[in-house]
Amino acid sequence: MRLFRDAGHLFRLAGLFAFGTLFILTIRSFLVPRTFGEYGHYRGAAIAEVAAHPARFAGHQTCETCHTDVAQTKAAGKHAQVNCEACHGPQAKHADDPSSVDPGKPDTAVLCVRCHEASAARPKDFPQVNAGDHSGGVPCQTCHQPHSPAIGSASAPASAAGGTK
Amino acid sequence: MPGVEGFMYPNEVSLYWSVLIVLYPFITGLVAGAFILASLERVFRVEAVKPTYRLALLTALAFLIVAPLPLQLHLGHPERSYEMYMTPHRTSAMAMFGFVYLWYLMAVLVVEIWLDFRADIVALSQSTTGWKHWMYWAMTLGSANVSERALAIDERVGWVVTLIGIPSAFLLHGYVGFIFGSIKANPWWSSPLMPVVFIFSAMVSGIAAVMLLYMALMRLRKQPIDMRCVDTVASYLFYIFIVDFSLEMLDLIHRIYEADESFRSLDFMVHTRLYFSQIVLQILLGTLAPILLLFVAQVTKLSEPTRKKIYAVSGSLALVGILAMRWNVVIGGQLFSKSFLGYTTYKMALATREGLLVAIGLTLLPLLILAVLMKVLPPWPEKKHASIPEAVAAH
Repeated sequence: MRLFRDAGHLFRLAGLFAFGTLFILTIRSFLVPRTFGEYGHYRGAAIAEVAAHPARFAGHQTCETCHTDVAQTKAAGKHAQVNCEACHGPQAKHADDPSSVDPGKPDTAVLCVRCHEASAARPKDFPQVNAGDHSGGVPCQTCHQPHSPAIGSASAPASAAGGTK
Repeated sequence: MPGVEGFMYPNEVSLYWSVLIVLYPFITGLVAGAFILASLERVFRVEAVKPTYRLALLTALAFLIVAPLPLQLHLGHPERSYEMYMTPHRTSAMAMFGFVYLWYLMAVLVVEIWLDFRADIVALSQSTTGWKHWMYWAMTLGSANVSERALAIDERVGWVVTLIGIPSAFLLHGYVGFIFGSIKANPWWSSPLMPVVFIFSAMVSGIAAVMLLYMALMRLRKQPIDMRCVDTVASYLFYIFIVDFSLEMLDLIHRIYEADESFRSLDFMVHTRLYFSQIVLQILLGTLAPILLLFVAQVTKLSEPTRKKIYAVSGSLALVGILAMRWNVVIGGQLFSKSFLGYTTYKMALATREGLLVAIGLTLLPLLILAVLMKVLPPWPEKKHASIPEAVAAH
């Protein structure tokens, strides 16, 4: 009994710690979303919320139903595996209402160098140029047809006919 | 590109971990070192260092309170950091460290300080009035029992807490080394010796800091410095410094002998960009010079004023050396390319969230907190006796 009296302050300290722990656990029960950990270390309900977002990409099959000529040109060229919206951006709105939503054309002087600017980190056999030396700011499509970029291919712009590859 | 030499991958050009991440291991190191110095008195019964015991505990607490601030300022969304406690990820070392920090702060340091100062707190709650009285009364947790038996129980429990505290202090700072040592993609960091080197360098910095603080505070208070105490602290500093230096040399020799594919690149970096901070500041000025000075003080019979000067200089140099070591680890590890073909430069910002001014502020803030702590809980024995009324002391 005497021990309890002389160690009373330690019991008070232990009580304070227990209260603190309980307090934090109570707060935690309010702050942690209910669906946390349902599938993994994240909020389970987030999946349904993300899935409910409207689709922004139409998919290349949708593009190809109307733009059959471009699809054919592209299929025969080096960019056959590049998806339409990888360059043109998400076009679901245009696909839903083609007449009133104009997607516009990308600026090739900016777009092409994203993949083709010379960098030692890229594979050696991947086509790459120092854009400044190569074209001096002239848009790439002056010589290259973006859907089938090799110069001399059937669909290359007329201005580049007879140019070097 | 300015500041870039050779080939760098695009994501290596600018540094992600800034001077604040240099400061973070430096501050936690001071905490761990100061606590281990305090434990010398409590667990190992080194009576000579007793005058620094309470100061070491308060220093550890002051620095521990500031320790997470560099990390908070580094985070893009500091307001989300509490999530680490709400939904901890067991596979994340950083998340688990949050609990080590909390454990060390609440279960070790605060409890040990409370137990040691309890008699003073009770006395102060009875001798003060107004808000001070209520503050001290809250700190007593409503118990004024300072009987001999109650204090004996405190002493025993405090001993156990310190005993638990030593591995906790090792864990606290070992983690900081671990977080670098476990990054296998970075050859400058990836070494199992890293946590061990960090712990010993932490002890060096913590002991040096408490020794300097003790000497400076005694001078400020116009009190005589207990030379038996400072001599003992300096001898511990000397021994631990030798172990720390040996471990760092072991790491270096291992790297030179192993000479893996990164060696030429890292060797070049040490001889160019890190020359001043690594060779000059860390090794020559920050390690060899203080070891030599402490060695001279150990083996020769020098006068008291000379010893004081030697301890002040070697303590300061040790702190500079340990800060340089943190700099070389954190910044050095981000200066070279994973291709081992290029190097970048760290340009420290001045008045930004992670700039020099904030770093200086965070270095001074623990000293300000320590001043407040010492005002609330006077660590000096003479003040202790003066503040305890006779009646309470006799209780």
